[in-house]
Amino acid sequence: MQFDQLLQYSLSGLSTGAIYALIGIGFSIIYNATGIINFAQGEFVMLGGMLTLFFLETLQLPLWAAIPCAVGVSTACGFLFERLAIRPLRQPTPINLVIITIAGSILIRGIAMLVWDKDTHAIPPFSGEEPIAIAGATILPQHLWILGITLIIVAINRFYFYHTISGKAMRACAYNRRAAGLVGIDVKRMVLFSFMISSAMGSVAGIIVAPLTMTSYDVGIMLGLKGFCAAIIGGMSSGLATVVGGLVLGVLESLGAGLVSSGYKDAIAFIILLLILIIRPQGLFGKAESERV
Amino acid sequence: MSFLKRPIVLFLLFAAFVLLFPLLLGGGYLMNVLVFMGVNTMLAIALNLLLGYAGQISLGHAGFFGLGAYLSGVLTVTYSWNPWLAMPLAAVVVGLAAFLIGFPILKLKGHYLAMATLGLGIIIYIVFNETVELTGGPSGLSGIPSLDLFGITFDSDLENYYLIWSFVLVTMLLALNLANSRVGRALRSVHDSEVAARVMGVNARLLKVQVFALSAVICSVAGSLYAHTMTFIAPASFGFNFSVELLTMVVVGGLGSIYGSFLGAALLTMLPELLREAKDYDIIVYGVILMLMVIFMPGGLVRGVPDLFRKLTGKKGRSNA
Repeated sequence: MQFDQLLQYSLSGLSTGAIYALIGIGFSIIYNATGIINFAQGEFVMLGGMLTLFFLETLQLPLWAAIPCAVGVSTACGFLFERLAIRPLRQPTPINLVIITIAGSILIRGIAMLVWDKDTHAIPPFSGEEPIAIAGATILPQHLWILGITLIIVAINRFYFYHTISGKAMRACAYNRRAAGLVGIDVKRMVLFSFMISSAMGSVAGIIVAPLTMTSYDVGIMLGLKGFCAAIIGGMSSGLATVVGGLVLGVLESLGAGLVSSGYKDAIAFIILLLILIIRPQGLFGKAESERV
Repeated sequence: MSFLKRPIVLFLLFAAFVLLFPLLLGGGYLMNVLVFMGVNTMLAIALNLLLGYAGQISLGHAGFFGLGAYLSGVLTVTYSWNPWLAMPLAAVVVGLAAFLIGFPILKLKGHYLAMATLGLGIIIYIVFNETVELTGGPSGLSGIPSLDLFGITFDSDLENYYLIWSFVLVTMLLALNLANSRVGRALRSVHDSEVAARVMGVNARLLKVQVFALSAVICSVAGSLYAHTMTFIAPASFGFNFSVELLTMVVVGGLGSIYGSFLGAALLTMLPELLREAKDYDIIVYGVILMLMVIFMPGGLVRGVPDLFRKLTGKKGRSNA
């Protein structure tokens, strides 16, 4: 095994891992605020990519304008999703919530297929395609964009949750929704916020990865599931643990695809997912909790 | 009409209806759809035993269905086994596998269980695609022999109809009996509160795993039947989308109702036929139906329709079906 080959796989794994991390944080934010695993999370990732393409090609906007527009529309979709699917639910049992978010994801995916098409599309890289050489391995400028933007978002996220009133209110909801309601926090509004924030983050992930992997109406399923896997490794934390989870998953997957077999690349993430769920359901870094009856 | 409420009478009426239906229909293309409907009914009942009675979700049941189909397919095509030998072997293998994987997986609850079973289903799907030498990969496995019994070869739609639906009726009888037995009541107690069930002396953990394995066995048999009636299988029929479709059938029909599973399977099998004009867009219709059902009729058709009827006619009271 060549060292530079190993380095190459790891580097490209890091950037996909960063994407998984962003999606995973989106999962965790909603889970912490509401106890819901949003199976439609991946669809917002898809919306990010497809909407950027729409603003770029159909409306002929420049890239710097198309991206915020795409994030804005995706966030609006997150808002609508919470209002139209989650809030009207009369019996919010876990099984009903799983089913309704799956239904939502099918619907969003179907509408995307109806509005656009079934082809895969490419978004131009943000700044050129000149590969950069690092110690015998090469990376694309887009990889740097991905890592940079992920870093910025994770930092903003941290700031929001620890230094703003609304972020602190959201954390209060995560600890105890009832108590949060008693001290005057509008829990329903926080739930809505959590859906908007995570759809915005998901769409950013979808936009920055699109120049590397192409985008189509059905990219959301796999990306969403792997983001969930990252969140599980991180113990559903909306912070650093999930970022580490995403990066670990990205690198393992990339190494597995390069060294073992590229056909089983997607299976690797799910085997890791199953192992973690079975052996350490509280995540790699979490402490075990006992069940409350 | 009170004798109609006796389960056995209802079942016999249903069975008679199923057996006489082809005479009313007189053959034609619809027979083929009805064969599919039978397979789907078996699968929906299997998932319902797990989800509706024991309250444990699975998003990987298409994987067990596929395992049954592929085990039967590969054993009969590549190794020239007798189909009647391959089917029970497949069922035993799938049941054992589900039993073993069930212990660690069913420790999980709710969302986590959904994700774990989903992961399991996707891993199985990827294996179908990647083991090209064994399964033919994405392009599928063809030339699977039809079943035969007492000199009859089940290769026409009518023969397949009777073959499949006799299996469906047996499955139904089994499920109905199970639901009304001590085990069925124990399952429902696990559904309502696992802790309370354990306090009452129900071995919840073992019971969940057993019903998971039973459910997988029914899926496997349905898979074998599917392989032998279609004579061609490809991984695309056993992916995540199909698991979701099965879930839709069970939810639309009504959780915890065996006849509900039949209704759900019947509706969702007919739907693509009715929506033929809308070809690719049927997936949107699934999404809308699933969403509306969960929001407005969380009890499924078997409970929602009588409730709606009662509301419309202005009578009070709740259905306990």
